Amino acid sequence: MMLSTLSSPHTHPPKNTGQVMRQVCYALCPALLALTWIFGLGSLINAIWCVFLAVTLESLCLKLRNKPIKFYLKDGSAIVTGLLLGLSITPLAPWWLAVIGLIFAIPIAKHLYGGLGQNPFNPAMIAYALLLISFPVEMTRWPTQFITPEHIMQSFSSSWPSMGIDKLTGATPLDLFKTSAQQHIINNNTWLNGYLDNKWLMINTAFALGGIYLLAKKIITWHIPVAFLSSLALLSTAFFMFDEARYASPVLHLLTGATMMGAFFIATDPVTAPSANQGRLVYGAMIGALIYVIRTWGGYPDAVAFAVLLMNLAAPLIDTLLQPRTFGHDIKPITWRGKNELTHGHY
Amino acid sequence: MTLQKAPYPLIGGVHLPDHKHESTQKPIQTLTLAPRLIIPLLQHIGEEAKPIVAMGDHVLKGQKIGEVRAFVSTPVHASTSGTIVDIGLYPVDHPSQLHGLCVVIEPDGLDEWAAHTGLDDYLNAPISTLLAIIKEAGIAGMGGAGFPTGSKLSLKEHTPVDIVVLNAMECEPYITADDMLMRERANEVIEGAKIVQYMLQAQQIIIGIEDNKAQAINALQQIIKDDSQIIISVTPTRYPSGAARQTVYMLTGREVPASGRTTDVGVFCLNVATAAAVYRAVVLGEPLLSRITTVTGLGVSQAANFEVLIGTPIKHLLSQAKAQFEQISRLIIGGPMMGYTLPHADIAVIKTTNCVIAATNKDFAPPPPEMPCIRCGDCAVVCPVVLLPQQLLWFAKSKEFDKAKQHNLDDCIECGACAYVCPSNIPLVQYYRYAKGELATQQQEAEKAEIARVRFESRKERLAQEEADKEAKRQARQIAAAKAKEDAAKQLELAPQQNTAAPAIDSKTLMIAAATARSNLKKAQKRLLAAQTTQEDTTAIEQEIEQLQAEVTKLQTGLS
Repeated sequence: MMLSTLSSPHTHPPKNTGQVMRQVCYALCPALLALTWIFGLGSLINAIWCVFLAVTLESLCLKLRNKPIKFYLKDGSAIVTGLLLGLSITPLAPWWLAVIGLIFAIPIAKHLYGGLGQNPFNPAMIAYALLLISFPVEMTRWPTQFITPEHIMQSFSSSWPSMGIDKLTGATPLDLFKTSAQQHIINNNTWLNGYLDNKWLMINTAFALGGIYLLAKKIITWHIPVAFLSSLALLSTAFFMFDEARYASPVLHLLTGATMMGAFFIATDPVTAPSANQGRLVYGAMIGALIYVIRTWGGYPDAVAFAVLLMNLAAPLIDTLLQPRTFGHDIKPITWRGKNELTHGHY
Repeated sequence: MTLQKAPYPLIGGVHLPDHKHESTQKPIQTLTLAPRLIIPLLQHIGEEAKPIVAMGDHVLKGQKIGEVRAFVSTPVHASTSGTIVDIGLYPVDHPSQLHGLCVVIEPDGLDEWAAHTGLDDYLNAPISTLLAIIKEAGIAGMGGAGFPTGSKLSLKEHTPVDIVVLNAMECEPYITADDMLMRERANEVIEGAKIVQYMLQAQQIIIGIEDNKAQAINALQQIIKDDSQIIISVTPTRYPSGAARQTVYMLTGREVPASGRTTDVGVFCLNVATAAAVYRAVVLGEPLLSRITTVTGLGVSQAANFEVLIGTPIKHLLSQAKAQFEQISRLIIGGPMMGYTLPHADIAVIKTTNCVIAATNKDFAPPPPEMPCIRCGDCAVVCPVVLLPQQLLWFAKSKEFDKAKQHNLDDCIECGACAYVCPSNIPLVQYYRYAKGELATQQQEAEKAEIARVRFESRKERLAQEEADKEAKRQARQIAAAKAKEDAAKQLELAPQQNTAAPAIDSKTLMIAAATARSNLKKAQKRLLAAQTTQEDTTAIEQEIEQLQAEVTKLQTGLS
């Protein structure tokens, strides 16, 4: 018998990174469907285009780094990055937006740092932030209704006539709230007020459903989404109760913009988040808080990308500061039965 | 007797498919005698026994064949009667694959026992007697670690123990040896535990057992009946609940300090098989000669537990279990999480061999290639020691071993739970073993360097001291010489007209000059002799000799 002398452990369940990424892609399907249903084919085209670009760029980078392409493509991380960026940008985005974004995301923000597992920043969010700052017009051109395929093709090929925009595009709920708040227009601001757009509600619910699927499949843990959403809800409730007119309701904060996407898909990226669960609670909570701060007092209507990137900076520090106590070390002594000093652990 | 749920949970850990039913379908099987028994003289940590038999000797079953003196050691006995055919180096059952000194016995088939008696009133016998019996019986921890039980029981005077924990967890998949032992011989287990409790004067015996062993729990309950000092504490089936520190925490809530042992928190941990061996040694007078070993895996068609004599080659054991040798791709001793592989089956069963897994590729496929770490943190969630496996991986990869040590790498029990859950298939335990090895090497080199430094420093000091002494002597001599010069000068002054023209020559220079002159004369005389034999002209040489002779005489008189 030819015996192999491998070392323990000898058994391994079939779960691997590629499977994890695949589950994330499945979980994004409800959101993709919702966006397509509401706004037309734009998001679908973006998704396909971005995934194609991401995989191409990833293969190119792997080739340049002399790594086996097929093996590393199987981990699916490029597909997920492409999909996330495709869903974050507006359905009316021109084709070159994705190109610039992904060139920044994959070769620069990921491979230059060492590839999968070594990037300090979330690649999709880095791309989004870059595009938002560099091309504010194209990035904030969100539709307000279903866009026909012809118009989609026009916007995609960047040949959209500047006149035709106004009817079909407009401000998102967060945009609206921010503008009117800046103009000190006092609105009838109730918990579920007119700012809450059914369309955005549906999109966020779709993302949330995908997130719950990931939780059920144990792909992500509850720590980041719960901390994120709780801290955002708490802060927004506190300020809303304080002054209903000037601050958006917690329902608005939680159910518009990229909140649900951020909570379940962006912030939970394991590579850029702290690796321990206690660190993740702090991380999620801080992201939620930062989102509220930037949305309310910052220059941008939606803040998920910036908040996540800022906390990515802090993730290693959080890991270092919140190290758990190793079993058997620094045990708090108690006297046992009054006889000898025996010890009992605390967790 | 109380049956209760364990009060504390396992920290971390994984739930594994347990693969126990394959080998629990039949009762414990007996083996036919192997043609040769190869008994290693060292089967665990500590001192190797010295053989007290010689080639050709006839030995009886239970006769001592290896003697020991050190504290951490056990004597070795002949597992059956027969003749000693060899004492030499053979491959032993150890992950290092090093060879060990073994005594090879050819059984005579009679299985004739040496004379032995047990104790009757063992729960009232002097504790020292019981300890001596256990030591002499060669009992070592049979859960896998193999620490000599006699040494473990020889606690220091002031280490109080109030709980004896009987470890019946058997948390690794595939292994069912302890389960079957409890089902069939629960009385031996309980009596052995009582003996240990008596020896340690403990208050309680807590039996820790997982909930997948219902039949064993029943069997134990039947034996214990109403004894109030014994509690059966049932835990959920998770790996690695059987690790001693983790077991103690789950059953008692006491956390063993990392640098200490379970006795530091008043708990003595004992495997059920070891307890049964203690019973046999004390009550029946039998030394440890056999153990129950599980033989399982898809490479054997009749997986079961066997009563195996120590020294039985594993090949014999596998044949009895109807192994299909061509199918076996991995031979694992122990379980799939912490077991080690053997390169061939011509290795003997020892006191700690609790399981042999004849694995095919269907059991354990070759491991998939390692992918980059995605920092998911699953490894930290399952670590039973609450380490940071990810950090340890980074440090091991970047060779920052001192940082790994700071992150408590030494506390890693190498259970393999982290590697089991890693989605990138990173062989984490191998990295930690590598790091531990490097740390050990570094420490050894540091110690060697320290010794070398101390020696160098002392040598430097010694040489400096010698130099200083020499210098002191030189000084003293110079002073003495200067004084002598002074005296000579004074003498010359007192006798002024004697040698005013002649320079003040000291005796040393005079001696040297005299010696030189003498040697020159001798050389000249030799040359004369040579010239005379060759019949050369010798007049010049003779004149030289005259001159030198005159010089020598002058100097000699000058000296005297």
